[in-house]
Amino acid sequence: MRKIARLSRFNVASLALGLAFLYLPILILVIYSFNASRLVTVWGGWSLRWYHEFFNDRAMIEAAWMSLRVAVSSATIATLLGTLAAVALSRGERFRGRTLFSGMLYAPLVMPEVITGLSLLLLFVALNAERGFWTVTIAHTTLTMCFVAVVVQSRLGSLDRSLEEAAMDLGCDPVRAFVAVTLPLIAPAIVAGWMLAFTLSLDDLVIASFTTGPGSATLPIRIYSEVRLGVKPEINAICTLVIALIAVVIVIASLASKLSSSQGESAAPL
Amino acid sequence: MTDELPKTHVAIGATDGDAAAAGQPLLRIEGVAKTFGTFRAVDGVSLEIKAGEFFALLGPSGCGKTTLLRMLAGFEAPDEGRILLSGRDIAQALPHERPINMMFQNYALFPHLSVRDNIAFGLKRAGMARAEIATRVAEMVALVKLEGLEKRKPDQLSGGQRQRVALARALARRPQLLLLDEPLAALDKKLRESTQGELMELQRRLGMTFIIVTHDQEEAMTMADRIGVMKSGRLAQVASPRELYEAPRSRWIAEFVGDVNLFDGESKLRDGHRLVIGTRDAGALVVAEPREPVGAGRLAVAIRPEKVKLSRRGPVSEAGREKAINRLDGVIADICYLGGTTTYKVKLDTGGMVQASVANSARTDVDAYSLNQHVVAWFTPDDCMVLQS
Repeated sequence: MRKIARLSRFNVASLALGLAFLYLPILILVIYSFNASRLVTVWGGWSLRWYHEFFNDRAMIEAAWMSLRVAVSSATIATLLGTLAAVALSRGERFRGRTLFSGMLYAPLVMPEVITGLSLLLLFVALNAERGFWTVTIAHTTLTMCFVAVVVQSRLGSLDRSLEEAAMDLGCDPVRAFVAVTLPLIAPAIVAGWMLAFTLSLDDLVIASFTTGPGSATLPIRIYSEVRLGVKPEINAICTLVIALIAVVIVIASLASKLSSSQGESAAPL
Repeated sequence: MTDELPKTHVAIGATDGDAAAAGQPLLRIEGVAKTFGTFRAVDGVSLEIKAGEFFALLGPSGCGKTTLLRMLAGFEAPDEGRILLSGRDIAQALPHERPINMMFQNYALFPHLSVRDNIAFGLKRAGMARAEIATRVAEMVALVKLEGLEKRKPDQLSGGQRQRVALARALARRPQLLLLDEPLAALDKKLRESTQGELMELQRRLGMTFIIVTHDQEEAMTMADRIGVMKSGRLAQVASPRELYEAPRSRWIAEFVGDVNLFDGESKLRDGHRLVIGTRDAGALVVAEPREPVGAGRLAVAIRPEKVKLSRRGPVSEAGREKAINRLDGVIADICYLGGTTTYKVKLDTGGMVQASVANSARTDVDAYSLNQHVVAWFTPDDCMVLQS
């Protein structure tokens, strides 16, 4: 381990300020989720009352369950499609329209969510599709697929092309070479891509509210509509749980991508 | 320039199976060409390689040697021509369908697999039995002296060790032909030299056919039985190392392989078995008549530096007096001491420069020349090469 350089007083102060700016609101939310008082802004001592309340709130639980299902299925589909797109872009021969395709793939990254949501809504209405679980899942897949493609493609780009050639030279047909050599090497990036897609889907409000139908609200939609009627301390408890879940997923994702970048660097000394 | 093979190949269809026994070359490349966009990377190469031969493809970067190798391995399909391995045309076969293995320049070891699994990779694909794989891997590990490192991952190995794993992996399937793409380029000089010796020994012991691609002429000269020099997608000359050095086919090859003094000349005069060529920088030079008759026009006389002798006075032999040898007066303009030899640059009175490489056969410097000393540089007609420019 390299010795970490000592920070100057100025650096410590600016770091503390920056972190406070980012995390103080969340910290307050977490603390208030353990508030015993019915009033959000008045401290009434420690309690798990609102967690208890949440687990007895059927509508809320249903919304949370809906969100989880959407997140898992959209992340899985997005990972599949995004990985295929990344492979096509970085491995395929230089096919016609390749630049256009990669540009189009990444467009949703910068597209305002309102526009993505609205255009999907128009599409579903035009197709006369019944809005609910599947429409939200499809919408989230379009949103998150490009993130997966970016993560996987950067890994593929750093991968030595001759590894696949070596596998073919040693008796693999192109498909087996991909499965035996490329897939294990990009697996961490695929996992990281899935996690990213999962969290993006879990906290999306805008696209979900455009594309969902009556009776199938996701957790963010549910929370948002509750808040409009006045903030109940129960919301704090739910948000704390969501934060905990996302924190866990992000930590796993970053560990996976770290593993993915440390592997394959063949020149690394012992 | 290329050795044009006769287009009517005899008896190839008739002799399937063991081509070597039938006196056929193991590998026969016929008019192979490959174009990338508008760039003709390989331009009509024909070549025959015998079983058990150590062949080197030598050339500057971009000359097409790697493309040719990749076509042999199956990573590129030739646009024209045929590649016959033991009489079977494999030009369009996929890499995994060829009894050929390749050692990659960057080794291309699988980073997620151990040394053992890297070596066993090709054997598993071949459907070999477990016990047999274990035996073969152990044999390969012993062959390249990697005992004790079987469980390491590639990133836990040194450059030289990785090179050995790559070699063992490529050899494990016992290919009919092993291709080596700049196999020693990543090693430092000392390790490279010892590995050259090991590769040669290995090739002789296994009796396998090796084709190596290199841009390093010394490496090619050291290891190969025959060398094919490539330039702009074509084979400029295919010859043994000695022939390549002593009888290069063109001015370009003479300059590419080793150091050479070149004197441009034009006029030509016959004098018995000798030619007299008038050069701009060194006056009239007497040369032995080359085996292949030279046409009229611009010529160059080439002489290797180690064949240029220096002396304080003119050579005393009878031949010298009869002017059958070339004698050039000049002063020492530059001295380059290299340990085993010293290279002197002599500024000739006629205006040109000539390089002489002198072996330092004694520890003392009594025989050494000093700067600005008057010397005579001389060489025999037989040591001169006449090249068409």
